Amino acid sequence: MDFLRPASWEEALAAKAEYPSAVPIAGGTDIMVEINFDHRRPEYLLDLNRIGLLREWEVGEDVVRLGASVPYTQIMENLRTELPGLALASHTVASPQIRNRGGVGGNLGCASPAGDSHPALLAAGAEVEVESVRGSRLIPIDEFYTGVKRNALAADELIKTIHVKKADGPQQYSKVGSRNAMVIAVCAFGLALHPETRTVRTGIGSAAPTPIRAKAAEEFLNAALEEGGFWESGKVITPSIAKQFGDLASGAANPIDDVRGTAKYRRHAVGIMARRQLVWTWEQYRGTGHGRSLEGAA
Amino acid sequence: MAQNTRTVPAGTPTNVTQKHNKGGIGESTLRPDGTLKVTGEFAYSSDMWHEDMLWGQTLRSTVAHAEIASIDISEALAMPGVYSVLTYDDLPAAMKNYGLEIQDTPVLANGRVRHHGEPVALVAADHPETARRAAAKIKIDYRELPLVTDEASALAPDAPLIHPGRDDHHSGHVPHPNIVHRQPIIRGNVEEARKRADVIVEGEYTFGMQDQAFLGPESGLAVPSEDGGVDLYVATQWLHSDLKQIAPVLGLPEEKVRMTLSGVGGAFGGREDISMQIHACLLALATNKPVKIVYNRFESFFGHVHRHPAKLYYEHGATKDGKLTHMKCKIVLDGGAYASASPAVVGNASSLSVGPYVLEDVDIEAIALYTNNPPCGAMRGFGAVQACFAYEAQMDKLAAKLGMDPVEFRQLNAMEMGTIMPTGQVVDSPAPVAELLRRVKSRPLPPERQWESAGEGADVRALPGGLSNTTHGEGVVRGVGYAVGIKNVGFSEGFDDYSTARVRLEVINGEPVAMVHTAMAEVGQGGVTVHAQIARTELGVTQVTIHPADTQVGSAGSTSASRQTYMTGGAVKNTCEAVREAVLEIGRRKNGSYHPAWATAELLLEGGKIVTDGGEVLADIADVLEGEDAIDLELEFRHRPTVAFDLKTGQGDGHVQYTFAAHRAVVEVDTELGLVKVVELATAQDVGKALNMLSVVGQIQGGTTQGLGVAIMEEIIVDPKTAKVRNPSFTDYLIPTILDTPTIPVDVLELADPNAPYGLRGMGEAPTLSSTPAVLAAIRAATGLELNKTPIRPEALTGTL
Amino acid sequence: MRVNFTVNGRQQEADDVWEGESLLYVLRERLGLPGSKNACEQGECGSCTVRLDGVPVCSCLVAAGQVEGRDVVTVEGLAEFAKQREQHGHGGACGTGGGCGSEGGVTLDAAKQWQAKPADSQTGEGVELSNIQQAFIDAGAVQCGFCTPGLLVQADALLEENSSPSDQDIREALSGNLCRCTGYEKILDAVRLAAARQGEAV
Repeated sequence: MDFLRPASWEEALAAKAEYPSAVPIAGGTDIMVEINFDHRRPEYLLDLNRIGLLREWEVGEDVVRLGASVPYTQIMENLRTELPGLALASHTVASPQIRNRGGVGGNLGCASPAGDSHPALLAAGAEVEVESVRGSRLIPIDEFYTGVKRNALAADELIKTIHVKKADGPQQYSKVGSRNAMVIAVCAFGLALHPETRTVRTGIGSAAPTPIRAKAAEEFLNAALEEGGFWESGKVITPSIAKQFGDLASGAANPIDDVRGTAKYRRHAVGIMARRQLVWTWEQYRGTGHGRSLEGAA
Repeated sequence: MAQNTRTVPAGTPTNVTQKHNKGGIGESTLRPDGTLKVTGEFAYSSDMWHEDMLWGQTLRSTVAHAEIASIDISEALAMPGVYSVLTYDDLPAAMKNYGLEIQDTPVLANGRVRHHGEPVALVAADHPETARRAAAKIKIDYRELPLVTDEASALAPDAPLIHPGRDDHHSGHVPHPNIVHRQPIIRGNVEEARKRADVIVEGEYTFGMQDQAFLGPESGLAVPSEDGGVDLYVATQWLHSDLKQIAPVLGLPEEKVRMTLSGVGGAFGGREDISMQIHACLLALATNKPVKIVYNRFESFFGHVHRHPAKLYYEHGATKDGKLTHMKCKIVLDGGAYASASPAVVGNASSLSVGPYVLEDVDIEAIALYTNNPPCGAMRGFGAVQACFAYEAQMDKLAAKLGMDPVEFRQLNAMEMGTIMPTGQVVDSPAPVAELLRRVKSRPLPPERQWESAGEGADVRALPGGLSNTTHGEGVVRGVGYAVGIKNVGFSEGFDDYSTARVRLEVINGEPVAMVHTAMAEVGQGGVTVHAQIARTELGVTQVTIHPADTQVGSAGSTSASRQTYMTGGAVKNTCEAVREAVLEIGRRKNGSYHPAWATAELLLEGGKIVTDGGEVLADIADVLEGEDAIDLELEFRHRPTVAFDLKTGQGDGHVQYTFAAHRAVVEVDTELGLVKVVELATAQDVGKALNMLSVVGQIQGGTTQGLGVAIMEEIIVDPKTAKVRNPSFTDYLIPTILDTPTIPVDVLELADPNAPYGLRGMGEAPTLSSTPAVLAAIRAATGLELNKTPIRPEALTGTL
Repeated sequence: MRVNFTVNGRQQEADDVWEGESLLYVLRERLGLPGSKNACEQGECGSCTVRLDGVPVCSCLVAAGQVEGRDVVTVEGLAEFAKQREQHGHGGACGTGGGCGSEGGVTLDAAKQWQAKPADSQTGEGVELSNIQQAFIDAGAVQCGFCTPGLLVQADALLEENSSPSDQDIREALSGNLCRCTGYEKILDAVRLAAARQGEAV
């Protein structure tokens, strides 16, 4: 094993070009577990800790440019207005110590379907800026996840920045685990209302081979809100709409049975979370005061 | 102490001295090792370090049941940095097995593996990574064998025998060689009594496999000595039991295996058996270098036995006015591939299967199976936990069927002093079962909708799902449940249970100082605190030195069975009394003629002085001991004898002491997502006499939380198709975090047991029994579901299994 | 490889480090600082928590090579770290990435003044403890003690940031630290006690 310590982003790209098998390590919260438990022996570790730009973020007019290594703690504490869904998701990540080290870049790099940030990124709408010595490109989040623990990165590319649309409406995020803290998702769901475009977006985690959107549920809800004039009137969402949205989200899931939960439970739970989040976000949109800000929830 | 020229390893425990003006029994004295533990200086077994030490690595079987056709270690041996590779063929002595009661466990697999993760080969190398890479290069050719995974496959006519040709002391009476031990208990006449029953309830219950999940992994350091022996620094629950198993396999006399207790990072039964002890010694002797072995968390799940999973079948009857008529039960414990403590667990499960209730007509059977599942043995509660989970569910079912309050129903049938156990043993000290229930029930309930804290909105941290933000109150229903349990204290069934204490009293700098030396394993329970308290009370000193636990002093027995304060505490008291007599003897010899009280009065040692029971000071201890040798005595202490249970009827005074705790659980369940938040777990327990209330409450809260864990999240999942463990990590074997643990108010009763030292009652295990069924009862109350399996998974609450 | 970094204010150098080693391993096996504990080595228990440039992290998940030139505080240095903080005033938690800057926390220069003192490990008497360490002893929050070092580092960081945390705040802050002995009640007591004493001292 070799340990590569680039001092700058350019050096990192050069190292990744020279050693395409090098495994990037930033927070270390995934790769170090694999090393400690002898599950993986990369030929090269490529340390990204010395690259300051990966830990910076910038709030633009429409988009937050989030460095790949910005720790979840920083997202929770500093970006809850701009990225409420991602801030909520960040708050569910593992433990305070892990949140102090891990960042969204690691989630994207590992592309585990259980990564906590994926549903929030899918729901908010994001683009992943990746770069190599050949140049940089923006990968839409919908095209980023290509298979179980596989992503759209080329072997010489590194994740640099995640461009996430600033929230133009309420966002929510929940995950289910069989413990009240420090738990890997059995399944997760994220929902973002986008009043500017009068659309909604969703994200499902840990309930399909990759993180996915519940597109049929989104389409149904977009249509139902439009037809019912909900966006203008801000009237209460009907239970039947909420239920059907939940059922369609549940139907979008394509989960497996594993040691953390059954496929049947995952489908069920996705539906419940979707239904609840629709009520939470919509109540917040209506501004009735029921869209309460949650102490401890970001 | 080490008989060699090597330097003493870093982390070798030293004397710990605590000076305290008060600090006798009954005080909440602080731990003498507390400062070391908060500064990071306290050395645990994994902290041991020696110059030029090697690292040991265990290669474990990747399959559960197989013949080993061949092992090729040549590539591993050829690796630079590798000092030794050992397999079964390298074992030095005729004895190649070990075991607590039955020596059926191979030190290294002998041509056959019987469970997933069984040790097959050992490597010693200069770095843990070298050792791991070498172990990975060992080639093993497994020929898989059919699996035995449950009662049906164990007892089938063509079942493969896990231990063919067994000749242990239970082999003669068991109905099948795949049954480790069977203990029936028959008393009264169940068939006749059943006729009196107005209601009968039956139940089939499943208890999952729980792991002790102590935080300090199995680890230790073996240092070879010039005399051909070995010094072993290790974390264990019972040094002398280890020694008896280690020495024969090394082919060494016991005096050449010198064991010292290193810091122990929790135990809970999981260190009752041998783990890395023999392996480290073998490698140290083979390489003539110190060898350290530290399991990681993954290996730890294979490195110790677990709590027996169990199937329990119960039938209870009651009259319409709420009196129990009879009970029938069968308890099937899965002991896994090796016996470990299974026979004793069977004895406990059987003899405590009725719970703390009056039942004169019973028909009980408990068995433990040999299977290819992971070996199971001791864990806090030891057979009584599984039974309590089942009989308490039965009590709730009966109460519901009778339309009675579940607490009143229990109180109506509660045992008390004088009750006869199903074994025929009379409960001869306080058994305040009804009172414990009354106390937990009379506590005010925590406020409804407690997640709506002062401000607006919901605090998700107080809701099911916690930080995962799954509910803001939707679907949340409260439930309240009760349970009570009975546990035995100390080793039972005729075992010669004793402990040894050495106490030395001498004058240092003009002050009398006591030193207490025992082999008691301090695993966190606070035994060392209590020993110092006892010495202060009995010898009137302020300064007490705790000597490290080692095998240079007699056995203390195990730190298990809620027995150490009773047994080694009793031994320290007993030796202190002899030391006091010796002081008084010297005093009488020197000063007796100056005051008649020397001859006539009851004399005590208090505040550094010899005083009469009337408080008159006769002399300073320091003056009396002036010019004398230190008084240094080592004595054994025994509890009153027990007898074995009859193998057909189960009759016999098999237990020393009984101990009781009750719980009330308040839970909030997200009934749509099946997530649970335990809001409060109120406890009441009789401890006879609290030698240290701070420690007592800590034990109760800790034991309660382990019971909570197995109620709602903890289970080692074994794939029934492969008998392989599917979740050997803290990512997938979940134990409660601080956000899963409720407030645990504790109500302590002190009703003395006249047979026990200071009247104390062993107390470490009882809270682990009743907290599980209390939580389950509360979840049943919230959901209306039957819930016959622990742990409760979200699937079970949402119909999505 | 070779790794140079600061531990508890002292410059340290570890040689022949295998590239897969964690900071935890280097502390425990190469620098003679076994106070940080190896309970799970997968970031699930918090027993190995240290401050890395002021930020509490699981040292089992930090690759040794990543600490080159950085500043680490372990439980062995916690008492002195807390003392320095008290003496030099404090304006909140250390930020991520940049180490404890001069605006708040312990300056690097101040931390470097620290020297190991010959502590009396026989009795613990005369050992200067931080507020949180003393509170853990006094509240009975220590049983086997294996989780204690990580909890102390994490709880100290909590009180640095929030001098009067609510019970739920304490629970959240400590939710990454597993304890198997106590049921956490006395750990809560200890943090409440430390917060109260800290309040009195101000």
